[in-house]
Amino acid sequence: MTVESTAARKPRRSSGTKRAAGAANAAKPAAATAQTQDAEPQLVQLLTPQGDRVDNAENAEFASFVADITTEDLRGLYRDMVMTRRFDGEATALQRQGELGLWASLLGQEAAQIGSGRALNDADYVFPTYREHGVAWCRGVDPTNLLGMFRGVNHGGWDPNLNNFHLYTIVIGSQTLHATGYAMGVAKDGADAAVIAYFGDGASSQGDVMEAFNFSAVYNSPVVFFCQNNQWAISEPTERQMRVPLYQRAQGFGFPGVRVDGNDVLACLAVTRWALDRARRGEGPTLVEAFTYRMGAHTTSDDPTKYRRDEERAAWESKDPIQRLKAHLLATGGADEAFFEELEAESEAMGKRVREAVRAMPDPDTMAIFENVYADGHALVDEERAQFAAYLASFEGGE
Amino acid sequence: MAIEKMSIAKALNESLRKALEQDPKVLIMGEDVGKLGGVFRITDGLQKDFGEERVIDTPLAESGIVGTAIGLALRGYRPVVEIQFDGFVFPAYDQIVTQLAKMHARALGKIKLPVVVRIPYGGAIGAVEHHSESPETLFAHVAGLKVVSPSNASDAYWMLQQAILSDDPVIFFEPKRRYWDKGEVDTEAIPGELHKSRVVREGSDLTLAAYGPMVKVCLEAAAAAAEEGKSVEVLDLRSMSPVDFDGIQASVERTRRLVVVHEAPVFLGVGSEIAARITERCFYHLEAPVLRVGGFHAPYPPARLEDEYLPGLDRVLDAVDRSLAY
Ligand SMILES: Cc1ncc(C[n+]2csc(CCOP(=O)(O)OP(=O)(O)O)c2C)c(N)n1
Repeated sequence: MTVESTAARKPRRSSGTKRAAGAANAAKPAAATAQTQDAEPQLVQLLTPQGDRVDNAENAEFASFVADITTEDLRGLYRDMVMTRRFDGEATALQRQGELGLWASLLGQEAAQIGSGRALNDADYVFPTYREHGVAWCRGVDPTNLLGMFRGVNHGGWDPNLNNFHLYTIVIGSQTLHATGYAMGVAKDGADAAVIAYFGDGASSQGDVMEAFNFSAVYNSPVVFFCQNNQWAISEPTERQMRVPLYQRAQGFGFPGVRVDGNDVLACLAVTRWALDRARRGEGPTLVEAFTYRMGAHTTSDDPTKYRRDEERAAWESKDPIQRLKAHLLATGGADEAFFEELEAESEAMGKRVREAVRAMPDPDTMAIFENVYADGHALVDEERAQFAAYLASFEGGE
Repeated sequence: MAIEKMSIAKALNESLRKALEQDPKVLIMGEDVGKLGGVFRITDGLQKDFGEERVIDTPLAESGIVGTAIGLALRGYRPVVEIQFDGFVFPAYDQIVTQLAKMHARALGKIKLPVVVRIPYGGAIGAVEHHSESPETLFAHVAGLKVVSPSNASDAYWMLQQAILSDDPVIFFEPKRRYWDKGEVDTEAIPGELHKSRVVREGSDLTLAAYGPMVKVCLEAAAAAAEEGKSVEVLDLRSMSPVDFDGIQASVERTRRLVVVHEAPVFLGVGSEIAARITERCFYHLEAPVLRVGGFHAPYPPARLEDEYLPGLDRVLDAVDRSLAY
C-alpha cells in the first residue's frame, strides 16, 4: 500500500510519543506559542525562531530534501519573502487609499507560501485561494495582475495556463476538487508533474475538501493539499473547525499528513518537495498543514479586535518568518548588510511600480459585461448586448 | 406605540433579539455570528446576551449549517441561519432544495420545518466576486420554500419575526446595500401579512413593482417622473414566493401599465413570471406590454462595472417612458 510507504509513515511516527501534548496545543492555538513550539514534536522544523538550524533524526528525511540548498538559494528565499511582504504591504496601503476595494493580506504567511511555492517545478499546477500572493510570486505572475480583482476591474486577470497558476478562488474549498481532478488528468496523461491545492483551516470544514481528500485517495492522484493553518477563519478559531489536529485528518482518508512549521521557509520547502516527490512518483496525495499565523486582519474589511487578543499576535511576532531567516543568514555569514540594503531598494522600486500600475489601471469598458459569457456565443447575450448598446447610445445622444 | 428610528441592520438585530427572547427554541447559527456579530453585525451582541448555545458559531460549511438546521428543526427548534454572502449559499443549495423544501410534503404534513435562511444579497457595495448576487429566482422556483425580502427598517423588523414564526422554511433575502438606510420602526404595531405587497407611493399612470434594494430606486424614479408630470405608483412586492398577484392586479387595474424591476437577471426572473400572470389576468386593462428591468444574462460583473449593470434611475425611467409611449 502506498499509504504505508516508509516516506508516508515517517512524519506520523515523528509525532510519536508526545502526540497528546501536541494535540492539546493544536486545539488551543493561543497556547501553541513561542514557549511551546520548540516542544511540539509533530511540527517539522529546520530553522528555529532564533534562526538556528535544527538537526535531528526526526527531521532527517525532510532535511534531505533541502540538502542541496546553497547560501545563495537561502538569500533567494529571503528575497522572495521580503518582496512578497512588501507587495502585500503596498496593496494594503492602496486599499486604504481607495485604490483597491478589498485586500486579503498574507502578512505572516510568507514562509508557508514561498517555501511551498519554490518547491514546485514549472510543469506543476497550482490551485490557490484568494491569499496566495507569495505563491503567485514564485510562479512568476506579475504582482500587478493580482490586483485587478481586488480593484474591481476583473474577476481574475491572468491566463492560468501561462504560469500554471490557476485563478484565485473565493468560494471556500472549491479549488481542492479542481486540483484533484486536474491531478487525475495529470496521472492519466502519465505526465511528470504534480498539483498543489491551497486552502485554509476554515476551509477544511467544507464538504468539498473532504470530497477532494477522498477522490484523490481513491484515484491515488498526484496532488498535494497545502493547508495554511493561520489559526483563524475570520473570527472563528480552529477549535470551531476541528477537534483533531488538521494534518491527522489525512490518515482517515488513507494518505499521509504532516504538520510543518509554517513560519520556517526551509521546512516548508523541504516538506512540500517531499510531498510533491511522492505525488510524482505515483504515491498519491499528501496533506501538508503549515502551522502559521495570520498577522493582520482577515481582509481589509475585517476588525480582529472584535475577537482576537493583542497578546496572541505579539507571541507570534517572535516567530516571524522573515526575521528568522535573516537571523540565520547573519549568524552564518550568508548575507551582509549590503545585501539587505540592496534588497530594500529593490523592494522599494517594486512597491513604486505596483502603485503606479494600479493607479493607471483602466476601468473596463462597459460592454465587457457581455464578453466571454460563452465560448460559442449565445443569442440572448447578443440581444441584450445590442439593446444595452442602443440604450447607452440614445442616452448620450439625447443629452 | 413605540416608534424608533433605526437602520435596517439594527432592525434585523432587534428582531432577532426579540425572537430569541420570546421563544427559547429559536437559535441563531452561522459563520462568525458570535463574537464578531456577523460580517454585517446583524447578530451583534446576541451571543453575549444569549450565550453560545443559542447563538452558534458554526464550522465553515454551508451544507452543514443548513443540514444541521433541518435536524434541529425536526427536533423542535427554530433555527435562523445566516449565510455570509449570497454567492456562498450554493454549497447549501442541495440541502435547501432537495431536503428543506420537500420534507413537509414527503411526511404528509406531519413534520414542520421552521427554518429561516437569512441571505444578504444584491450588489452596489463594491465587493469582489460572489458577494453581490441576486439568486432569489432559484429559490422562488422551488415549491416548499417561501422567499421574501424587506426594503425598509420596519419590514426588516417585522418580516423577520414573521418568517421565524412561520412553520415553513423561509429564505429571507436582506438587501445588503440598504443595511445602513434608516427608517421608523413601530415595535408594537400589528404587522401586515408577510406575503402581501404594499403600495409605497400612489400614482395613476403606471405601476413600478419592485422588492428589496430596488424599491428605493423606484421611489426615486417615481419622484423624478412626477417632475415631468407623470404619476407613477410604486409597489413593494415584499415576497417573491408567494407573489401577491392580487395586489399587483389591483394596482395595474388602476394604472394600466406595469414595469417590474429587480437586480436579478431578467431572463426567467421573478419579473418574467409577473409579466406572464399579469398579462393573463389584466389583458384587457393593459395599455402596454409588461416591461422588465433587471440584470443581464451575464455573470455579475466586477465592481467597477456594477453601476452600469444594475438598474438605476435612468434605466427605470427609460422603461417608464417606453411603457407610456404605447
Ligand atoms: C463557501 C464560502 N463560505 C463563506 C465564505 C466567506 N469567507 C471568506 S474567507 C472566510 C474564512 C476562511 O478561513 P480559512 O479557510 O481559515 O482561510 P483564511 O482566510 O484564514 O486564509 C470566509 C468565511 C466564502 N468565501 N466561501
